[in-house]
Amino acid sequence: MSAFTDRADAALADPILKIAVERTAGTAEAKRTIAIDAFPDFEAARTRAAAIKDHVIAHLGPYLEQFEANAVAAGAKVHWASTADEACKIVIDICQAAGAKSVARSKSMLGEEIGLPHALAEAGIGRVETDLAEHIIQLADERPSHIIWPAMHKTREQVSALFKAKHRSPHVEETIAAMAQSARRELRTQMLSADVGISGANFLIADSGAVCTVTNEGNAELSLVPPRVHIVTAGIEKIVPSMPHAIHMLRMLARSATGAALTQYTTFYTGPKRAGDRDGPEEMHIVLVDNGRTKMRDEGLAEMLRCIRCGACMNHCVVFRQIGGHAYGGTYPGPMGAVLTPVLDGLAPNRDLIHACTLNGKCQEVCPVRIPLPTLLKGWREKSWREGLEPTSMRAGLGLWAWVATRPRLYRLGTTIAVRVLRLLGTKGWIAKLPLAGGWTRHRDMPKPAAQTFMAQYKKARRP
Amino acid sequence: MPRNVALFVTCLVDMMRPRIGFAAIRALEAAGCDVVVPEGQTCCGQPALNSGDRDHAAALAKQTIVALEPYEAVVVPSGSCAGTIRCHYPEIFAHDPEWLPRAQAVARKTWEVMAYLDEICGWRPEGVSMDAMATYHDSCSGLRELGIKAQPRRLLKAIDGLRIAPLQGEETCCGFGGTFCVKYPAISNAIVGEKAYAIDATGADLLLAGDLGCLMNMAGKLHRQGSKIRAFHAIELIAGMGDGPAIGEEA
Repeated sequence: MSAFTDRADAALADPILKIAVERTAGTAEAKRTIAIDAFPDFEAARTRAAAIKDHVIAHLGPYLEQFEANAVAAGAKVHWASTADEACKIVIDICQAAGAKSVARSKSMLGEEIGLPHALAEAGIGRVETDLAEHIIQLADERPSHIIWPAMHKTREQVSALFKAKHRSPHVEETIAAMAQSARRELRTQMLSADVGISGANFLIADSGAVCTVTNEGNAELSLVPPRVHIVTAGIEKIVPSMPHAIHMLRMLARSATGAALTQYTTFYTGPKRAGDRDGPEEMHIVLVDNGRTKMRDEGLAEMLRCIRCGACMNHCVVFRQIGGHAYGGTYPGPMGAVLTPVLDGLAPNRDLIHACTLNGKCQEVCPVRIPLPTLLKGWREKSWREGLEPTSMRAGLGLWAWVATRPRLYRLGTTIAVRVLRLLGTKGWIAKLPLAGGWTRHRDMPKPAAQTFMAQYKKARRP
Repeated sequence: MPRNVALFVTCLVDMMRPRIGFAAIRALEAAGCDVVVPEGQTCCGQPALNSGDRDHAAALAKQTIVALEPYEAVVVPSGSCAGTIRCHYPEIFAHDPEWLPRAQAVARKTWEVMAYLDEICGWRPEGVSMDAMATYHDSCSGLRELGIKAQPRRLLKAIDGLRIAPLQGEETCCGFGGTFCVKYPAISNAIVGEKAYAIDATGADLLLAGDLGCLMNMAGKLHRQGSKIRAFHAIELIAGMGDGPAIGEEA
């Protein structure tokens, strides 16, 4: 047993979680299918999206410098952070310099990745999460369980109870609309009175220095425009060369994530308030975060940097659909999380993530940027094997099996004996309990093998 | 000119259900092939490859390449093992100038049995009848690595009296995943539990698929739950061997 399997077991035993995950992921899967069927040549669009990302990842330096020059020209300040801690320190310093008592935060997985909520709390800065699902998570004092729907693990019934317990003037009517109004009443004043607005970025546009965010609630706009200071934290892989590239990626992102043609709100922020502007922040800071990304590029995980955080891989993953996002234990769950978490939190403590996958390939099939997720997971498995992180029993077992399997005559003897032993364990065609493979027979029966192997029968039949 | 075809039996068919191998031979011979079972074969090495054990995977791949090289084509009654040879052998030897061309040559001529019968031989079963309702599960590796979807259905359509009931989620993984099912039995069980539910809901008499691993997983779950649905590898029906024992039935 491991921490992962403990969490997975708890998730499997939770019927409410299953309902919650199925409602959201099931709907997303159905809507995505319709959206992709209606898209003219989605396969070509995927190829182009992957090519755009591969190009910028291969030329990160020049594009980031171009972005910086244009963002500075537009009046923004650009900061560079190589680690999560550095990024948090930059953000906290900006907040403190601005005398900020409270920040409004628009949902950002990069913020979660670098531990920004925790860093803000440590610095004594109040934080209001303005994305509806992040608001739910903040009220419940939990962590996101999905990169698009952080509160996916909660049913609307659970959210209703939470709002009633925590909101100052909660909804009365049990409808989604009334619950949304309750959250709106709670959040709006806090948003408008925040000193600093913090967001992530869906795309950084190199040739204009613009930062693009997408939301369906308009909370980014309301969190980022009224405060005096806007801070963006963004992974360096978010760069695209120009607006047409960003638009192509947006078309892929929205359809892959929710099945919508576009998000309700798509905003490009280029610098702070200019002379004559009626609103906007006085300062705009953009923190470009590496946190392992150049290392990924240089150490065989460049394809993972294509990721645009749409969540399609997890929505379509049979394992995620059973255990939900929290069981993965990292910032990012599902297939993309299984590839990223060993980078961010180390391979040894996250060995389970790279193995808890059937390699069925569905995630790769739906990925809008063609990330070969099963191949990357197998790459981690090889690294884990090479570094001796795999259990001794596994190494010895596979080693012995391979030693025999590379000796065909010995292998024939081995299979002949194995078949005889297996047949002794079975009754009426089935084996209900199998030593050494209890994982199989705990939940299902094993068919009894035929009396003789194929090779033995074939040899006998073909004997002249 | 009969086609000179090597059958790669697969370790699972060899040990657990030899009649799948014999069904493959029967169908291939009916399609005009000259079938040989090369001596030097054991396992394609997929368990080692998927566990990260590259060295043992390469050793088994070399042994398999040597055994299969002399033949015009290699036919495999499993999408997953055929996928390993066709898609992953060249990856294993990507940086080995001696073995890469040999791996590529074997990869190019390796086929999943139903795809071979349909696409290369253009063959259809003749005079085979089976009065039953079947449902078909698309095993993941065959489907996504080799594009096997229409081929088995075209072959099955030629069987008199056989009806195919659509399976909800027919392209969804059954939770087998090789060693996954014993490493993470609880998760695997939850996945195959849903699959068994969907299979039962079709009202079919038979469950068909093209990979014995997946079939053992699904059939084992169905049997544990007391379902009466009988499971076969599709090639068994296609070869006219659907009157024999299903998976888990005594001969």
